[in-house]
Amino acid sequence: MKKAHNCKLLAKREIAHGIFDFTVEAPEIAAAAQCGQFLHIECGGDVFLRRPISICDTDDNTVRFIFEIKGHGTELLAEKEPGDMINIMGPLGHGFELKPEYKKAIIIGGGIGVFPLYKLAKNIEADVFLGFRSKDRVVMEDEFSAAARSVTVGTDDGSYGYAGYIAGAAEEFIDNNGADIIFACGPLPMLKAVKNIAEARGIPCQISMEQRMGCGIGACLVCTCETGKEGMDGQVRVCKDGPVFYSTEVTLNG
Amino acid sequence: MADLRIDYCGIEFKNPIVTASGTFGFGEEDGEYTELSEYGGFSAKGLTRTPRPGNRAPRIAETPSGILNSVGLQNPGVESFAAEIMPELAKLDTHVIANMSGNTVEEYCEMAEILSETDTAIIEMNISCPNVKHGGLAFGTDARTVLELTEAVKKHCKKPLVVKLSPNVTSVADIAKAAEAGGADGVSLINTLLGMKIDINTRRPILANNTGGLSGPAVMPVAVRMVHEVYEAVKIPIIGMGGVMSASDALEFMIAGARLVALGTGMFVKPDLIIDVKQGIAEYMDKNGIKKAVDIVGTLELN
Ligand SMILES: Cc1cc2nc3c(=O)[nH]c(=O)nc-3n(C[C@H](O)[C@H](O)[C@H](O)COP(=O)(O)OP(=O)(O)OC[C@H]3O[C@@H](n4cnc5c(N)ncnc54)[C@H](O)[C@@H]3O)c2cc1C
Ligand SMILES: Cc1cc2nc3c(=O)[nH]c(=O)nc-3n(C[C@H](O)[C@H](O)[C@H](O)COP(=O)(O)O)c2cc1C
Repeated sequence: MKKAHNCKLLAKREIAHGIFDFTVEAPEIAAAAQCGQFLHIECGGDVFLRRPISICDTDDNTVRFIFEIKGHGTELLAEKEPGDMINIMGPLGHGFELKPEYKKAIIIGGGIGVFPLYKLAKNIEADVFLGFRSKDRVVMEDEFSAAARSVTVGTDDGSYGYAGYIAGAAEEFIDNNGADIIFACGPLPMLKAVKNIAEARGIPCQISMEQRMGCGIGACLVCTCETGKEGMDGQVRVCKDGPVFYSTEVTLNG
Repeated sequence: MADLRIDYCGIEFKNPIVTASGTFGFGEEDGEYTELSEYGGFSAKGLTRTPRPGNRAPRIAETPSGILNSVGLQNPGVESFAAEIMPELAKLDTHVIANMSGNTVEEYCEMAEILSETDTAIIEMNISCPNVKHGGLAFGTDARTVLELTEAVKKHCKKPLVVKLSPNVTSVADIAKAAEAGGADGVSLINTLLGMKIDINTRRPILANNTGGLSGPAVMPVAVRMVHEVYEAVKIPIIGMGGVMSASDALEFMIAGARLVALGTGMFVKPDLIIDVKQGIAEYMDKNGIKKAVDIVGTLELN
């Protein structure tokens, strides 16, 4: 039986304003982790529920995750210092499916959605597209560059790299070079654009979803998203059936 | 060594701790982070007469020391439960409590009949559901309705019938008395308290359903008070629940009058809560020279 682990925070770094890069000692989680899976993390203090945060990378003994301060939970988590213990469940969920026939993989990430894609980028050969709001929000460019076949960085406001939504840059690339699989994680408008690009061209596409969660292990049925199917198949659980789904499995409407 | 076994409605439970309906599905996730065989009983997710897809997401909002949920009784329906799910649950080393929700008296009666033919140990009747014949007002808010409903369902029920009480009432003791008068074999409480959480930036409720049920530590003092009131009002045994996060929480419910105590929302945060709770109860019994779990029940002394 799996259990929640008390993990020691080994390293902490603020990589952009309000974005924290944590490495914890967690050999069991590291050994089991697959690309795209997530952790369910106790923030401490008066925060009641755990917070879902993706696995960014793993080592033999350590797990790395990166998060942005959004509300009270992530704010308290960011106050932890090296040496502190953090209670973590994981790895949880269904991650990215890697198939040997994928030769022309495209990875598209937006904002905090780039973090779950890093371990994937290290594991496969891919052309990577990363979008951020503005230049001061650009993170992990060097690390992705070291891991990927190519990296294109863009900003919504044009202050750095490709100017505009990054899905547009990926679309141009796909039309010039082809693609046999797309992996994506990011804000909903980006995922909708990527879903359209992929489905219009018949390219399989795996996207990582977010939803407000309870237990994180599939038991409480609160973190559902819609499949567009009738009746009992109309809902899937983000924490257990996902967070990664094929774009054709989910409507992105709720 | 403390003896945690306890009798409920003539059935021996190996310990007084059960799951709260809807918080561990139909047990599909057994063995991942929680071992259902550790529990005295397993209350399955609420069933309806026909399948229900449930509400849209978000179905959860965090609140101080608790959550609001609006799952909306997503379930495959009582017939599919009886045919496919219950045979699997019967293999577990724990008693099953099947939980049902209806919109009409007839629906409740039909479900009780179907569930009576299964291996479930107990049938738990959730009465926090809208009564469509009476403008959608919840069955559980009117004593006369609860009495008539319980009487009707008892005629179709061959298993012990436990009525699950709603806290959204003026006097929970009156409703418990009505259930007892209608022939209920036990009562369980509390179900969730109706609530709302607003996102001040969008000025919309977080829940897609607008309102949801509050559970977790935030409701525990209300739940303990209600268990105490019901214990004073009826003779049938009580399953207490609402915000249990530790052995001492469970002990409060038992002292107030609960024979069985359910863990729900607490498991979302502490998946192995059952282990700590059982151990803590056993230690409390040893420390206080209590040999049998039942000797804790209803031992409250008022000031
Ligand atoms: C599978 C998954 C992986 C994620 N990976 C990352 C990651 O790697 N890095 C990162 O920065 N963020 C990630 N997130 C988003 C992160 O979970 C939220 O930003 C965080 O829960 C916000 O908590 P808070 O207390 O700061 O905010 P509050 O708004 O105060 O949180 C209130 C409640 O809403 C929930 N909530 C709020 N926003 C979200 C959201 N976007 N998704 C899910 N629940 C939410 C919280 O968990 C909490 O229960 C991920 C979400 C999911 C579902
Ligand atoms: C996600 C969720 C789903 C629930 N579903 C049901 C249900 O189907 N039937 C029911 O009688 N109670 C249901 N409940 C109520 C619980 O069984 C319990 O009465 C309540 O949550 C209080 O206990 P807790 O604070 O320990 O969770 C649900 C509660 C939650 C949190």
